[in-house]
Amino acid sequence: MFGYAVLLIIALSLVAFYVGRAQGAAFVGGDVKSHSLPAYHGAFVAVWVGIPAFVLVLIWVALQGIVVDQALLGSLPASMTEGASASQLRLFLSEIKNVAAGRIFSEPTPEIQAAAETYIRWQGIARWAMLVAATALMVVALVIARSRLSTRFRARNNVERVMSGLMVFCSTVAILTTLGIIASLLFEAFRFFEQVPVTEFLFGLNWEPQIRLREDQIAGAGAFGAVPVFVGTLLIATIAMLVATPIGLFTAIFLVEYASDRVRNIIKPIMEILAGIPTVVYGFFAVLTVAPAIREFGSLMGIAVSPNSALAAGGVMGIMIIPFISSLSDDALKAVPRAMRDGSLALGATRGETMTKVLLPAALPGIMGGILLALSRAIGETMIVVMAAGLIATLTLNPIDSVTTVTVQIVTLLIGDTEFDSPKTLAAFALGLVLFVVTLSLNVLALHIVRKYREQYE
Amino acid sequence: MNDTAMSALATEATNPQTVRTPDEHPTNFKIGANDVSVFYGNKQALFDVSIDIPERAVTAFIGPSGCGKSTFLRCFNRMNDTIDIARVTGRIEIDGREINESDIDVVELRARVGMVFQKPNPFPKSIFENVAYGPRIHGIASSKSELDDIVISSLERAGLASEVKDRLAEPGTGLSGGQQQRLCIARAIAVNPEVILMDEPCSALDPIATARIEELIDELRQNYTIVIVTHSMQQAARVSQRTAMFHLGYLVEEGPTDQMFTNPREKRTQDYITGRFG
Amino acid sequence: MTDSTMTVAVDWTSEQGAARRRRRHAADRRLRAYGIGAISLAIGLLAILIITLAATGYKAFVQTMVEVDFTISADLVKADDIPAGNFRAVVANAMSKLFPEVEGRETRELKQILTNNTRFIVRDAVIADPSVIGGTMTLRVPASDPFDQLNKREISRDLPEDQRRVNDRQITWFDKLDAEGRISTPFNWGLFFNADSRFPELAGLAGAIVGSFYALLVCFLISFPVGIAAAVYLEEFAPKNRLTDLIEVNINNLAAVPSVVFGLLGLAVFLNFFGLPRSAPLVGGMVLALMTLPTIIIVTRAALKSVPPSIREAALGMGASKHQTITHHVLPLALPGILTGTIIGLAQALGETAPLLLIGMNAFITSPPGGLMEASTALPTQVFIWADSPERGFVARTSAGILVLLGFLIVMNAIAIFLRQRLERTW
Repeated sequence: MFGYAVLLIIALSLVAFYVGRAQGAAFVGGDVKSHSLPAYHGAFVAVWVGIPAFVLVLIWVALQGIVVDQALLGSLPASMTEGASASQLRLFLSEIKNVAAGRIFSEPTPEIQAAAETYIRWQGIARWAMLVAATALMVVALVIARSRLSTRFRARNNVERVMSGLMVFCSTVAILTTLGIIASLLFEAFRFFEQVPVTEFLFGLNWEPQIRLREDQIAGAGAFGAVPVFVGTLLIATIAMLVATPIGLFTAIFLVEYASDRVRNIIKPIMEILAGIPTVVYGFFAVLTVAPAIREFGSLMGIAVSPNSALAAGGVMGIMIIPFISSLSDDALKAVPRAMRDGSLALGATRGETMTKVLLPAALPGIMGGILLALSRAIGETMIVVMAAGLIATLTLNPIDSVTTVTVQIVTLLIGDTEFDSPKTLAAFALGLVLFVVTLSLNVLALHIVRKYREQYE
Repeated sequence: MNDTAMSALATEATNPQTVRTPDEHPTNFKIGANDVSVFYGNKQALFDVSIDIPERAVTAFIGPSGCGKSTFLRCFNRMNDTIDIARVTGRIEIDGREINESDIDVVELRARVGMVFQKPNPFPKSIFENVAYGPRIHGIASSKSELDDIVISSLERAGLASEVKDRLAEPGTGLSGGQQQRLCIARAIAVNPEVILMDEPCSALDPIATARIEELIDELRQNYTIVIVTHSMQQAARVSQRTAMFHLGYLVEEGPTDQMFTNPREKRTQDYITGRFG
Repeated sequence: MTDSTMTVAVDWTSEQGAARRRRRHAADRRLRAYGIGAISLAIGLLAILIITLAATGYKAFVQTMVEVDFTISADLVKADDIPAGNFRAVVANAMSKLFPEVEGRETRELKQILTNNTRFIVRDAVIADPSVIGGTMTLRVPASDPFDQLNKREISRDLPEDQRRVNDRQITWFDKLDAEGRISTPFNWGLFFNADSRFPELAGLAGAIVGSFYALLVCFLISFPVGIAAAVYLEEFAPKNRLTDLIEVNINNLAAVPSVVFGLLGLAVFLNFFGLPRSAPLVGGMVLALMTLPTIIIVTRAALKSVPPSIREAALGMGASKHQTITHHVLPLALPGILTGTIIGLAQALGETAPLLLIGMNAFITSPPGGLMEASTALPTQVFIWADSPERGFVARTSAGILVLLGFLIVMNAIAIFLRQRLERTW
């Protein structure tokens, strides 16, 4: 229905455009010079017809569900709704909708059956009402907009003002996204902290969200001490950085100082391929190849390696991060003025000495910024660890053990059907909040360092 | 200065110099260039230049910008090697030893032929570390105190010691432009070169700092062979004993500085000196 | 200044000096070798990744099929109600006719050669052509996963019987079918035209491809206009003030927010607050659009910046308004750069998995979605689902799914590179 509404709006806007343009064309050639071209008159009418209707439809769609739900609950017999908790009411609603959609699992009560019929009827009414309302609005807008057109009417300026307003709105979408992220994380996390104390979450050593430990425990859920999850995240991220930093850095050194243009033009695209492979592919690679290989190697050495060892997940994550480090280090090294390099070479330094004693120290802040960005990437990386790391939170720093990470827990806690009031699902948002804050701080810090570094040579 | 060092380059040299300019008094020539051409990719930047550079004197290369004088200067310590597309042909001998031969260690060559650049380019390190850099990489000092001595004496020779003695640990990039350039000179002489190449060393400096550097160049001439590229004829007249004039990649004329400025043989030189083009 | 201040004279000719220089050059070569080593390692790992995927995946591009003659007797299948027909018996009879000697419990083992869904395949074929009722119909039916693997030599016949999933009797039957020319291994069109299935031999990517297409369509329709409008405003109109600074910083940081956090946003706002349906490509596309938006804004701004100011001045000088200057002159010139960046942003969105998991696009769905609001999977989440499946046959499917995904990415990037080379100009 939404689709039809959009099509209707587009069609009527086009009509409005031609109507307006035709009217505008009539102004041309008169005694008084027309202020705007006919097309702007058309656009003026079209904009006033299309945009308000579109906004109306959006609001309608967003609110229709909520309004209909409330009305439905109101229509239920008082005997059902009186004293019912919020979650019970939600259950009623989902049952009514299931019945309405024909998904009947058990014979519904007559009240529910009746409500389902009401629901179907109201849905139909609401849809048609939306189309009718939108059309009415557009017709009214068309009449009003047309009446404003005249020879000296500044149609172009009006259209441009609307366009500017739209552009300002589009620019704020990014801010709205950030606000949406912060609001949803904070809101759900606060609901979590109502049930589990913040201190227990941040400092507790036991993470068992799935298991009910004692009958009398809060909300009948498991333990929510996230320290083992944080430690696991850091362990895997550290392994990844240990793999990626030397490889990425030496790659950048070679590309900047030793490689000829031809070699550079071959290697850079290969690094871009490495960066462009989706993470789910790396995850499968970890499970299929790397983890068995590490296990095999371990058993040759007589060491028992866990099938979801931190080493396998971290190692593969390291491969994924190599191109980040190499390209950011490459940028940092290239930002050192050529005069430094020439100065060192002219003193008789070898290229290696120039690199290690002049360029690297000079580029160090930039490289550090790059490493921090990569670290933030490693901490936030999800698919590799979801597929290759463990689910059980063990508090260990042993790389051949299985550990879990923040992102793994978020995904496993939220996969499958979710009820938004158990601490289990809310815990995912608390973890998300921690993840967001940590990665954001790392990014801000890294960007700050990199900017300071750039300014130094500008 | 140290003859041992020179003999290293001159081992094969039997009869090093042929004097080309008949009217001249000095003559020990340090550097001899024969038919040197430089190409950047397909473009030729320097055409068959031949010149001799006298020892312990200042030779100035003058000419309008883009005339190839800097390109030619960079041949003497093979800095053109660092540009991928640059190619140098012809012979350049220092103390009679061809420097473009494969058995010449470019690291050793550049330690003996120091260079000062157009824009001061101190490393982002302390003043001390800037000067100590060369001696350290070449292993010149055998002890910390020896290194200290080298740094201090180099700073003294560059006329910078009195200004920076108390703040050797501060970053070299914090000095004024003129001080930075003298720091770069100190850095170059710390490895005890025989030749110092200067590529428009004063073009980024104010007149007072320029005067200071020019004085310094005059002092250094007693110990070093100096080749200076300059934009300014006045500077060439003030500091150099010999001058070579370049135009569009060709060496137009070379000779004693006073003769070049008073009685040039070529019309183009005269036009340039009198300011008809430049 | 005299010679006396020169404290040190270097003896370049000494053996010691030469040795020192040799050491320094060796260190230089060592650093270079480390660089070559690091690059070789990175390229080697990439090669191993691609080779393992290709080696495990290529077998999923062909499928073992068994040709069987089904007798559709009018007793078992009534013409007026075909779907209610006893196709289980039709299949059993067809197999018994091929192997009359097999009786009793062994018939079950015999039927295991064909895919479990054979009766539905036969049913659909009869519905498509009811005239076969009372006659015989020859169909090529996929072999079940174990026999598919037996045929592709992934199950070794040399293993002891109790260690493989097909027993000796079944191998004999299969070989007999092979000898009769009933076994073939054609290209596996089902991989592209089937939706997901619990049985590896039937599972395909159709649902995922359609789902990804819908999600990317939504992503493009939102992020492209919004991104360009935002970039034009920020680059051409925005005054330099606190607010625009904030927007800039915000866009840069948004580009680095972990993708799983966008999934949380989608879950909390789109599903929970606005009540949009779970697993829908519409929601997936909206989440991906929010993730792609910073990329598009950043590349668009770069493209706008590269248009020289002289063009703007020329248009403004002719009396064009600022809006006209930008829509008539600047945007068309910047378009190739914007398109290139957009395609690359969409390619990233195509490979994105984590946010789609959180909004439920990893459901088990056996038909392609019919619209934006219907439950669906996407290519990367399908890969994830298959990678998680225990059946051996899904390993090859997963690799094949990845190869298809990488294929799409390569095509998109190739288009971007082509556009960049053909249309972009330098000023």
